[in-house]
Amino acid sequence: MLPFIVRRLLVSIPLVLLSSFLVFVMVANAGDPLEDLRLNPRTTEAQIAQAERNLNLDKPVLERYRLWITDVLVEGDLGVDNKQQSVGAQLRRSLFVTLRLVLAAIFIAIVAGLAVGVVSALRQYSLFDYGSTFAAFLFFSLPVFWLGVLLKEFVALPLNDALEDLGFARFFGTVQENTPGFEGGFWDRLNDTAGHLVLPAFTLVVISFAQYSRYTRASMLDTMSADYVRTAQAKGLSRSRVVTRHALRNALIPVTTVIALDFGAVFGGAIITEQVFQWKGMGTLLIDNIRQLDVNMVQGWLLVTAVTVVVFNLVADVLYAYLDPRIRLD
Amino acid sequence: MAAPVVARVGGAKPGAQVILDVEDLSVDFDTEDGVVKAVRGVSYQLRAGEVLGIVGESGSGKSVSSMALMGLLPRTATVSGSVRYRGTELLGMARQELNHVRGAKIAMIFQDPMTSMNPVHRVGHQIAEVVRAHEDVTRHQAWDRAVEMLDRVGIPNAPERARCYPHEYSGGMRQRAMIAMAMANDPDIVIADEPTTALDVTVQAQILEALEKVKAEFSSSIILITHDLGVVAGMADRVMVMYAGRAVEMGSVDAIYDGPRMPYTLGLLGALPRLDADGNERLVPITGAPPSLVNLPPGCPFQPRCPLATDLCADQEPALLATDDSNHLAACHYSASLTGEISPDEVFEVTSADATLGAELAAGASAVASAVASSAASSVAEAEPIGAAEQANSPVEGPE
Amino acid sequence: MTELDTARAVDRERRAGRAALGVGAGPEREFTVEARSQSRMVLRRFVRHRLAMTSLVVLVLVMTLSLVGGRLWTYSYTEITPEFSTGPSWQHPFGTDGVGHDLFAQVLRGAQKSVQIMVLVAVFSTTIGVVVGAVAGYYRGLVDSVLSRFIDLVLTVPLLAILIVLSKRVEGSGSWFFVAVILGGLVWTNLARVVRAEILSLREKEFVEAARALGASDARIIFRHLLPNVTGSIIVAATLTMAVAILLETSLSYLGLGVRTPDTSLGILVAAGQTSAQERPWLFYFPGLFIIVIALCINFVGDGLRDAFDPRQTRVRR
Repeated sequence: MLPFIVRRLLVSIPLVLLSSFLVFVMVANAGDPLEDLRLNPRTTEAQIAQAERNLNLDKPVLERYRLWITDVLVEGDLGVDNKQQSVGAQLRRSLFVTLRLVLAAIFIAIVAGLAVGVVSALRQYSLFDYGSTFAAFLFFSLPVFWLGVLLKEFVALPLNDALEDLGFARFFGTVQENTPGFEGGFWDRLNDTAGHLVLPAFTLVVISFAQYSRYTRASMLDTMSADYVRTAQAKGLSRSRVVTRHALRNALIPVTTVIALDFGAVFGGAIITEQVFQWKGMGTLLIDNIRQLDVNMVQGWLLVTAVTVVVFNLVADVLYAYLDPRIRLD
Repeated sequence: MAAPVVARVGGAKPGAQVILDVEDLSVDFDTEDGVVKAVRGVSYQLRAGEVLGIVGESGSGKSVSSMALMGLLPRTATVSGSVRYRGTELLGMARQELNHVRGAKIAMIFQDPMTSMNPVHRVGHQIAEVVRAHEDVTRHQAWDRAVEMLDRVGIPNAPERARCYPHEYSGGMRQRAMIAMAMANDPDIVIADEPTTALDVTVQAQILEALEKVKAEFSSSIILITHDLGVVAGMADRVMVMYAGRAVEMGSVDAIYDGPRMPYTLGLLGALPRLDADGNERLVPITGAPPSLVNLPPGCPFQPRCPLATDLCADQEPALLATDDSNHLAACHYSASLTGEISPDEVFEVTSADATLGAELAAGASAVASAVASSAASSVAEAEPIGAAEQANSPVEGPE
Repeated sequence: MTELDTARAVDRERRAGRAALGVGAGPEREFTVEARSQSRMVLRRFVRHRLAMTSLVVLVLVMTLSLVGGRLWTYSYTEITPEFSTGPSWQHPFGTDGVGHDLFAQVLRGAQKSVQIMVLVAVFSTTIGVVVGAVAGYYRGLVDSVLSRFIDLVLTVPLLAILIVLSKRVEGSGSWFFVAVILGGLVWTNLARVVRAEILSLREKEFVEAARALGASDARIIFRHLLPNVTGSIIVAATLTMAVAILLETSLSYLGLGVRTPDTSLGILVAAGQTSAQERPWLFYFPGLFIIVIALCINFVGDGLRDAFDPRQTRVRR
């Protein structure tokens, strides 16, 4: 198993480096970060020249990239943004916030998606199957931003009102990831975080859930008609054992690939969801800094995201190899 | 449509108990194109310690009939009739009860060992699994039994091999592992569904040897399903030939191979290459293809391809009746006329149908037709169909 | 034996007679299947799929409405009517906004842009995806490795992030075309993978060797022999790409980074509508529902196409 992991890692590294280079070129050509400064009639030539030197704008692109990448690799330093604030620190804070959302969403989507997919496959052509199929199609067609706004404006309020009527505290928070300036003990803070997490996570869950349930259903239908399932039945094994240890166990293999490939899309969805619910996460960070053409920040952002995606894919690959012994020899 | 009439066959091994009694087993499949009658009233008995070979081409219903008694058919299949294992009716049994029989009393070996084993579990685990499903033993004990079984079927270095995955085995080893899996609980009956079809000829011999060994050591009965007459000749005590969902001939191996009473069996034997044949002899194929099981014409299903067929054959499906040997049954109106030393090329055309047709078209078909018609009509009338005579004379069990 | 000879003669005569008459001879009479061309069979299967057909009809209607409806409708999307902040009515089916714009006209305009982008993206991405996938699958080896790594590269960073970065440059009234180009340049990866996989398996077939032996050039083999066999997957993937495209485009517009003013898009309308969602919910609902209907119909049609091209025998007629 270990040589497998090492091999995958070795392949990933040049990939990330190459993508970071391409992105650097892309961002560097996206526009002029000092536009505002230049347009301002009060800035002097000297100030502009100084600003340029600070941001290495006086050097050619390749040189700038080299400087930046050596800083990153050698010192782990992502530099400073246009406002002279640490890129690394901001990214770290934001990444935690976003990962909270993304991982919660993926986890719930997997549990729900697998369950629904398996039941749909076992009860093919039943009402449940048709219902879940239609629901899946509907969820595929929902724009994330629309659903988010729907939940925020038309679901949170009535639910909170209902809770209040029943004598509970209002639970669903729709603004930011925590109530600003919230003071309280561990459990109170946890409750606050959870309350703010539910609706945004649900927004993300919906679409991933649809994907996972469809794939699981298709995969289960394939495995249930496989020869080895017939053998398992011929061996007189109980139905639950046949379904779980034989059919599902094999059906999970392609589903793992789907979940891995979906991570990027979930992350993208998180960017939008953060905008809707005003979370201070990676999404907001990117959009704000794109508007200001903050190269260092955007570069850092893309690098961190790329590494996150690669790590996630690596975890998925390892899981895949664990599930399917045939590819360990690969 | 007359239901086939069944005559009970006398025991091949006198005194051996009948452990499987199949009576009028039928399987229908509900499909988009209509109802497919895959099995149409098959009956046979299996005694302790005997090997029954079920022979037929693809689509004859041989595999389906065995899967029916194991309860392995999909929901689109309707199974009727009766299958009694030691007196207990298997058809319609609740799944939980059936699971006590499957894998423990009746085991099955399938055609393709690569796809029949779960690729993500170790071989030893899969064998231990069937042991633990039927006996209250510890994991350790079950594993030990698995290793022991692998050793008995001839897998070298069994303790290490048990820890391997199926894709790490060779084709022959995989099938032997399947045999080990089937025998792990010492079943009374082993159904081997085309066990050698997916394997090389050299490996086939190994598998058959393993099956023989297993039969000797475990004294199980075996139902050997195959389209390979050579395989059956070596292993089986009795043979049942199936065509278009029905048994068309049944009897001991010697009786069938030496004196087939149904043209289809004769054709099958003729199509078989033989080591003792003269080098210049051509194989005698049976032209045409099996009938569609959705639109079965009335009468004998083999009639379109049968050189002996008459109008009677097209009208009435012959019942499976005893020939002059009460242990040898055949379903043909003219089975009596197949006595004696007939070689297949006397009945079937040696050359292919296309060549024949081409030559005849060139010669002028209509001329041939009118010339032969008159002489043919009178000769056919002379040959008496069997069914009519028997039904008139001997007491036979009526259709159900 | 005379009986056997007679039987053989009768048999031969019968077959000859039947052949002369042109009637299907004995054993062959069971085969009643007529040969149909593959495309007709696919079409037939698709038409039988009721949900897909209904969705196709709805989709065509909606798309036509989007593309030409704006010109036919009584109000233009920039026109300010005296009725402002009104809910849905006969005069204004989708209501009006706070200033007096007719929402139906706006939705039609926004949908027009979204549909235009969607179709363009499908064309661009299909072209790129098919070429990349076919080349990678056909040539294998180094070319395949490089292209596959390239595909992985494009997938490494979340699509939306790249879009956000790239669309900074988009400005003004030609913006929708740029958005289409950028989107088209990024969503082809799935199609490329599908095409690559199919070409990889097809190229081993004998007809490829035969074509090569006859002196066909690589391009000819790819385009005239291999790709026609992959059309099914391409059509399905292209259809589903359209759904992805419209959802991405509207997301981008919602964030303010896609289609820009003076044009409008369904995403922009939703963004505008959300601020007054409590008082004027129709401003929020209708643009969103339009997107959902289009995407849903595309998904159903795509699923129907998938079934039509590759049916699995699991249906049983009751």
